[in-house]
Amino acid sequence: MVDLSLELAGIKLKNPVMVASGTFGWGQEFADYLDLNKLGAIITKSITLKPREGNPPPRIVETPAGMLNTIGLQNEGLEHFLRNDLPFLSKFNTPTIVNIAGESVAEYVELAKRLSKEPMVKGIEVNISCPNVAHGGMAFGTEPEATKQVISAVRKETTQPLIVKLTPNVTDITVIAKAAVAAGADALSLINTLVGMSIDIETGQSRLGRLTGGLSGPAIKPIAVRMVYETARAVNVPVIGIGGIMTGNDAVEFLLAGAKAIQVGTANFVDVTASLTILKGIEDYVDRHPRSLNFS
Amino acid sequence: MASQEKCRIIDHQKVGPQHYKLVLASDYLSKHAQPGQFVQVKCSDTLDPLLRRPISLHQISPEHKTFALLYEVVGKGTNELTKLFVGENLDLFGPLGTGFQLDSQRNKHLLVGGGMGSAPLLALAERLTGQVSILLGAKTAANILAEADYNKLGHNVAVITDDGSKGKKGLVSDLLLERISQDSVVYACGPKSMLRAVAEICWQKKVDCQISMEERMACGIGACKGCAVKTKGGYKMACKDGPVFKGEDIIW
Ligand SMILES: Cc1cc2nc3c(=O)[nH]c(=O)nc-3n(C[C@H](O)[C@H](O)[C@H](O)COP(=O)(O)OP(=O)(O)OC[C@H]3O[C@@H](n4cnc5c(N)ncnc54)[C@H](O)[C@@H]3O)c2cc1C
Ligand SMILES: Cc1cc2nc3c(=O)[nH]c(=O)nc-3n(C[C@H](O)[C@H](O)[C@H](O)COP(=O)(O)O)c2cc1C
Repeated sequence: MVDLSLELAGIKLKNPVMVASGTFGWGQEFADYLDLNKLGAIITKSITLKPREGNPPPRIVETPAGMLNTIGLQNEGLEHFLRNDLPFLSKFNTPTIVNIAGESVAEYVELAKRLSKEPMVKGIEVNISCPNVAHGGMAFGTEPEATKQVISAVRKETTQPLIVKLTPNVTDITVIAKAAVAAGADALSLINTLVGMSIDIETGQSRLGRLTGGLSGPAIKPIAVRMVYETARAVNVPVIGIGGIMTGNDAVEFLLAGAKAIQVGTANFVDVTASLTILKGIEDYVDRHPRSLNFS
Repeated sequence: MASQEKCRIIDHQKVGPQHYKLVLASDYLSKHAQPGQFVQVKCSDTLDPLLRRPISLHQISPEHKTFALLYEVVGKGTNELTKLFVGENLDLFGPLGTGFQLDSQRNKHLLVGGGMGSAPLLALAERLTGQVSILLGAKTAANILAEADYNKLGHNVAVITDDGSKGKKGLVSDLLLERISQDSVVYACGPKSMLRAVAEICWQKKVDCQISMEERMACGIGACKGCAVKTKGGYKMACKDGPVFKGEDIIW
């Protein structure tokens, strides 16, 4: 079997397949269905300082080859995560990367500070790209100055590998990418969801409880591949590709576009073992094309 | 625990204007599924429809190693299902969710089904003992589902339709009001407005009631937080905490 191991932002990965934030719960939900030890890394659902109850339903609606979601970062908060979820994830020989979201710079800083003290946390992914919350979230990912401010503040508090997760809802993603790297990001992950809307023509109302939602799934893949391509050429830190990856071939597209690793999101909902099937697909490709991707 | 498997189709029949019954083979599902639970059905191999569709267990027959689903064609996914032939396989993930609680201490059971909501109650009716009454409501006579199957079980079946084309004219909650008594337990499935009416009647009469809630779902295992139902204990997930909830816990 081919060796797909790599080191990314100082994190040792068995392979380049990670599971994307918010699509794999806290790992436990999926542990009955696949061997978590086989994953490159597990990215947790976004954690906030205080518990968040999330947005009013309906929270999801399917659209052609994709889905809109407006979950609103429902989670039990940092303390609950440290007490109840991290110990479970720590049992596996797979790095846990904790995704954090704040309403203010101070909240991001506080989250990073606490997580830095946890030896079982192998990296922090900073979500500055959630489109479904009233405060914070995407606001930090659409203005280069705001990006710089939050990322440099977080950088000061932690020596943990820092991955910054970017939103595609900008005119030029490389501007934000460069701002994040200048502020100390060790890697970038992209893309988060695209803001979208779907209207029920019988009622004239949005199909979601909140007017808009984030679009994910195969429908966004070409946009994600393009953005990964642009970003990988604009910065000198590794880029992690996310967006509509359903098969090994989809993942290879991202790797060819310049991504060092990928994250599987919506596909986890369609098939609980999707991440491992995708990994197998990458292995098969590397077998067939030994020199086209740089694994060593 | 759920399993993801390809189940062979044993039978596939049209049973109503837009309604079909699928009978599938699975040792695992037929053995482990409980009334009120559901399966996530992969309706097509293409990217559209993308997500699996939740369908309740309609009949569970461990002795034959089979189970049945009853579905109504309402959109892309359910329309894809109509194209399946006997002998083909269907990719299913289940059983999922928390089903009905069967309390052997109680023996006066009232099952209230509105429209498609009659489907999951059959699996429950098959398991209940004691005095079981089934109240079925629908828009018209043609939309009354599985009445013959309910009759076969020997339970008391009453029917009501919106237009009076079968049984009395009215809502199934009207029937419930006539039949409910202090010592009944109520189980209901159907449209939200009906469930709300049922929960309110049971609340007033101080009768225990279990209702099966529908929300749009993605993962089916409580991971994505998509199928939120507002309860007195905060948002709960229809796919994991439910779909069956206590009527008194729901915030409408
Ligand atoms: C726990 C549970 C059990 C269910 N059991 C059954 C069953 O036994 N038989 C049956 O026919 N249907 C059942 N449903 C509803 C069924 O899942 C939807 O009708 C189906 O997903 C529609 O898919 P579609 O692609 O055909 O329609 P779409 O094109 O997706 O949508 C068509 C219409 O159906 C509505 N809809 C879509 N998904 C859902 C959903 N998950 N819940 C409610 N409405 C939805 C949409 O809002 C839209 O109005 C159940 C739903 C849940 C949550
Ligand atoms: C239901 C759902 C919940 C999500 N929650 C989060 C989250 O909490 N934090 C985050 O950074 N991204 C979240 N995302 C975004 C995904 O991690 C991913 O970036 C996006 O869905 C694109 O990838 P995909 O097309 O493979 O799903 C969520 C996506 C979905 C569909």
